[in-house]
Amino acid sequence: MLAIPAIGAILCLYAGDRNARAIALAATLIDFALGVVLWANFDIGGAQWQFTERADLFGRFQWALGIDGMALMLIMLSVFLMPLCILASWDAIKQRVGLYMAMFLIMEVVMIGVFMAQDLLLFYIFFEAGLIPMYFIIGIWGGANRIYAAFKFFLYTLLGSVLMLIAMIAMIAEAGTTDIPTLLNYDFPAGMQTWLWLAFFASLAVKMPMWPVHTWLPDAHVQAPTAGSMILAGVLLKLGAYGFLRFMMPMFPDASAQLMWLVFGLSMVAVVYTSLVALVQNDMKKLIAYSSVAHMAIVTAGLFAFNQQGIEGALIIMLSHGVVSAALFFCVGVIYDRLHTREIDRYGGLAVNMPAYALFFMLFTMASIGLPGTSGFVGEFLSLLGIYEASSVVAFVCTTGIILGAAYMLYLYRRVVFGELTKDDVKAMPDLNPREWAIMAPLAAVALWMGVYPESFLAPMRGDVTTVVARLAPAKPAGDAQLAAGKPNADAAHGETAHGSSHAGGVQ
Amino acid sequence: MIQAIVFLPLLAALVAGLGQRAIGPFASKLVTTGALFTSCALSWPIFLSFVTGTGEAEVVTVLHWVSSGALQFNWELRVDTLTAVMLVVITTVSALVHLYSWGYMEEDPDQPRFFAYLSLFTFAMLMLVTANNLVQMFFGWEGVGLASYLLIGFWYKKPSANAAAIKAFVVNRVGDLGFMLGIFGTFLVFGTVSIPDILAAAPGMAGSSITFLGMRLDTMTILCLLLFIGAMGKSAQLGLHTWLPDAMEGPTPVSALIHAATMVTAGVFMVCRLSPMFETAPIALGVVTFVGAATCLFAATVGTTQWDIKRVIAYSTCSQLGYMFFAAGVGAYGAAMFHLFTHAFFKALLFLGAGSVIHAMHHEQDMRYYGGLRKHIPLTYWAMMAGTLAITGVGIAGVAGFAGFHSKDGILEAAFAAGGGGVIAFWVGIFAALLTSFYSWRLVFLTFHGKPRWEESEHIQHAVHGEHEDPSAEHASGNHAPHHRDAHGDGTAGYHPHESPLSMLIPLGVLSLGAVFAGYVFAHPFIYPEEGAAFWAGSIAFDEHLMHTAHEVPTWVKWTPFTVMAIGLFLAWNSYVRNTTLPARFVAQFRLLHQFLYNKWYFDELYNILFVKPAFWIGRFFWKKGDEGTIDRFGPDGAAALVAGGTRLAVRLQSGYVYGYAFVMLLGLVGLASWAMVKFL
Repeated sequence: MLAIPAIGAILCLYAGDRNARAIALAATLIDFALGVVLWANFDIGGAQWQFTERADLFGRFQWALGIDGMALMLIMLSVFLMPLCILASWDAIKQRVGLYMAMFLIMEVVMIGVFMAQDLLLFYIFFEAGLIPMYFIIGIWGGANRIYAAFKFFLYTLLGSVLMLIAMIAMIAEAGTTDIPTLLNYDFPAGMQTWLWLAFFASLAVKMPMWPVHTWLPDAHVQAPTAGSMILAGVLLKLGAYGFLRFMMPMFPDASAQLMWLVFGLSMVAVVYTSLVALVQNDMKKLIAYSSVAHMAIVTAGLFAFNQQGIEGALIIMLSHGVVSAALFFCVGVIYDRLHTREIDRYGGLAVNMPAYALFFMLFTMASIGLPGTSGFVGEFLSLLGIYEASSVVAFVCTTGIILGAAYMLYLYRRVVFGELTKDDVKAMPDLNPREWAIMAPLAAVALWMGVYPESFLAPMRGDVTTVVARLAPAKPAGDAQLAAGKPNADAAHGETAHGSSHAGGVQ
Repeated sequence: MIQAIVFLPLLAALVAGLGQRAIGPFASKLVTTGALFTSCALSWPIFLSFVTGTGEAEVVTVLHWVSSGALQFNWELRVDTLTAVMLVVITTVSALVHLYSWGYMEEDPDQPRFFAYLSLFTFAMLMLVTANNLVQMFFGWEGVGLASYLLIGFWYKKPSANAAAIKAFVVNRVGDLGFMLGIFGTFLVFGTVSIPDILAAAPGMAGSSITFLGMRLDTMTILCLLLFIGAMGKSAQLGLHTWLPDAMEGPTPVSALIHAATMVTAGVFMVCRLSPMFETAPIALGVVTFVGAATCLFAATVGTTQWDIKRVIAYSTCSQLGYMFFAAGVGAYGAAMFHLFTHAFFKALLFLGAGSVIHAMHHEQDMRYYGGLRKHIPLTYWAMMAGTLAITGVGIAGVAGFAGFHSKDGILEAAFAAGGGGVIAFWVGIFAALLTSFYSWRLVFLTFHGKPRWEESEHIQHAVHGEHEDPSAEHASGNHAPHHRDAHGDGTAGYHPHESPLSMLIPLGVLSLGAVFAGYVFAHPFIYPEEGAAFWAGSIAFDEHLMHTAHEVPTWVKWTPFTVMAIGLFLAWNSYVRNTTLPARFVAQFRLLHQFLYNKWYFDELYNILFVKPAFWIGRFFWKKGDEGTIDRFGPDGAAALVAGGTRLAVRLQSGYVYGYAFVMLLGLVGLASWAMVKFL
């Protein structure tokens, strides 16, 4: 799977424009097919790590690959989005097509590599290598202010990574191995855990992105070409959460429990803060970018709920957000290709001349809002339920996100799609063409599939989540609900009895 | 069979919505309407089987949905008495509304979409009432919210319709916040979201306490209150009611189906479905009673001052929902469901009748420009009359009456019998009944009696002068300044209203039958003590003792509703038929009071100042001052300036800035990494 896009990338560099497109599409489609085969052969409930392969390189550094259910799902997300990204940039990219396609293919290699890596250093290399193609995609094919955005993106993510690298080296020194499965069960001393945790957090929080290190994201999205935004929101944002789940929580359970409130605090701020900011945006891409930050905040809060529902919900949000936000960015891309502006006020009344577009946009808007029956709901519901078990306050604050989310998304939709069709240039915009249909339809199908029958996606991950939860169980604090059984008679109505038994322990 | 009832509308919606190009508008209408009539035909036998006592409750599992740890739920269809009642209400009204829309929406170019939305709504509503777990109920809950959003904003070119649609969705989401937290809490406490399991376990939890938002509270009280907040949002109870009057921007058939007969009653349904749970939380029930009574009074007062025919009916709906809630609050769930059942018929009838009037009056909705329509559209007049007689509760105690008489009196008697807070609710209900009678008859008199006052209306002027406007302009915004008038001297401006087509009259006729007879025919199973207990068969908490007491209340209690109805009728007749200058004089006398009521107690203005404006303001503040002013300034931009400055000073080698940064960063990176390697390895 890694080899095919890599070969494709090299071919693209030397092929003409048209050939490069075809090669890239073929390579990503083959990879998608391989992904499906992988999923089909994945043994749910079997060994935790499957399809492993390893070869020693030098020193402690080894080429070790293998996947578990979580990685499988994220790999599926990557290989599913890739061909759609290639299709999305079919006509939009006119300059240096070969290089562009090569960048995307390298990106695919790197992303799959991150999710497959079983060696700490290998992971780090893939993790950081992802920056490079994205940097170029924004920097070369981006909008007017692309250099600033690319730089901001690079600066933010790199600074955090250095700390993570240092932490990794420290870990290797302490544990004496770079093998991730081994490290997962290694108990680091409590004091050290805190420092390692903070170092990882510095890097992963930027990738997430969490408030207040999120400001690179709106700029990067605004300047990136459509497909760049799709892959950035679709997959790259998931690296942070994947890192949380793969490294920080199972490797440093005590520190995670200790610093849980830091994560909750930042997440709560992020949900409210970025939702409000999203409400006042005039730029469509910025609005969706801010909504991504809000969604990711629910992911982090869900992860740190330390229970099955919270983590599974967070994973489903990751997948769902990958599909839905990619789709929303594509929706923006579709009209951007026609009118070359992202200014919301320049549009209006698209329902009249682009009914099919309006339908898809509505579906993805609803999925983003978290309407039951779409992918967004399952994830949000499960993670918020998990969060509630940990703390009703956090759940309450995060749930306000559903009100604000509805407000800003519907406000966006109304301004773009509804209203009177008055502007002549908008009037001339044609509805979706077959290529755009080919991108929208699969995204829509997956968003609905995930909403109606999420079991297909939950089942492969269940075992891994259970493992993480079990690993965290000793360190996990009790929830704040503290249900105290009262006497089912009227005489229990007085506060006295409740007080006496209130410390009987939380129901988990 | 239940699968067919529920999924036929979905199928029809998909066919009509997605395949409209392929099959054309006529086929789309046929498919959706046909599906609904089939569903309806299948639903009645189920309902009747429960009435006759042969029905069996069952649960059909359709598909596995989610399992995560201890949390498991499926897509399931549950049929019991409560569901069966809702099934007939939904499918009957929906089928009739589909049929009615053939006539009403005739000129609209976008009919397939309209019918697809209607069917989609019906599907979601059916999923809601057949839910066997809270999450599926929430699915239906949000599904109807979506359909309502789409249908209110159906004429998407109108800014006011779009604003109303968003308002409806967002205000409902506030309620959903409560509902969701309620579900989370319920799962936390009971470890399941399956409704029967929760209800079975609920009594065991009475008296326990739980921490919520840092407060120590009684478990069942807080859970019920959270769930009730959801119900308040959907059923437009005081505080979260502001979306309902605005929702009248949607086409009138939508108002009849969604905002009168079905969706807005979902909250009442929810409270009844979970009634055994609410029974364990007396404080929560007190709140339900109080909110219900307050809404009942509030909406009735506002209803007396509005001019828009649809808004009067909307406030009336709001008020009637209040009745249902305080019935539930005092423990008379059977009475609440009975009022829901009869209300669905007579309120849908009133809305469809209003639609017929609007249709005849060329989309004029302001009652000030109606008058004397009795002779022109007699069939509509008689249908509206049946509806009005039903809503005002005309009937002879102990003998028979129109639908609303049986159900509303049932509620009032139960409230009186419950004692305590119920007695207060009873008096509030009596006063609201007076107002109900007043505004309902006011509507009838203004519309059908007196002299025509049509010439002031812009819509009529347009019609007469042949300036056909867009059919979507059902409610032109405010400006009624007439340009030039035709002097016909009789106030008609030469306009001749026509009776509506048969497709609209048939639903009116059927619903009139319901408005007249539904109360008398079904009163026994719904609210009579022994028969009620057998009919409901445990699907709601039916308090036989309470209903028994309710039938034994003093005679004056039974007669009071009728008396106030007569007073209301007289007041309306006196002010709008006999002495038409009276209302103006009254308004001049009590200007402040009138302004307060006419502006709906200033709820919208208050919310705008409290929530909407600050949200935008804070958002802008965070964006400009927070993100750009603070984080970026001291974060990346600051670092960039620092690095750039440093590079310029120290190196002065590179001219391109990216290289400069990269260079310095590389140095730092290498330095740090080597330090770490030396230290640890």
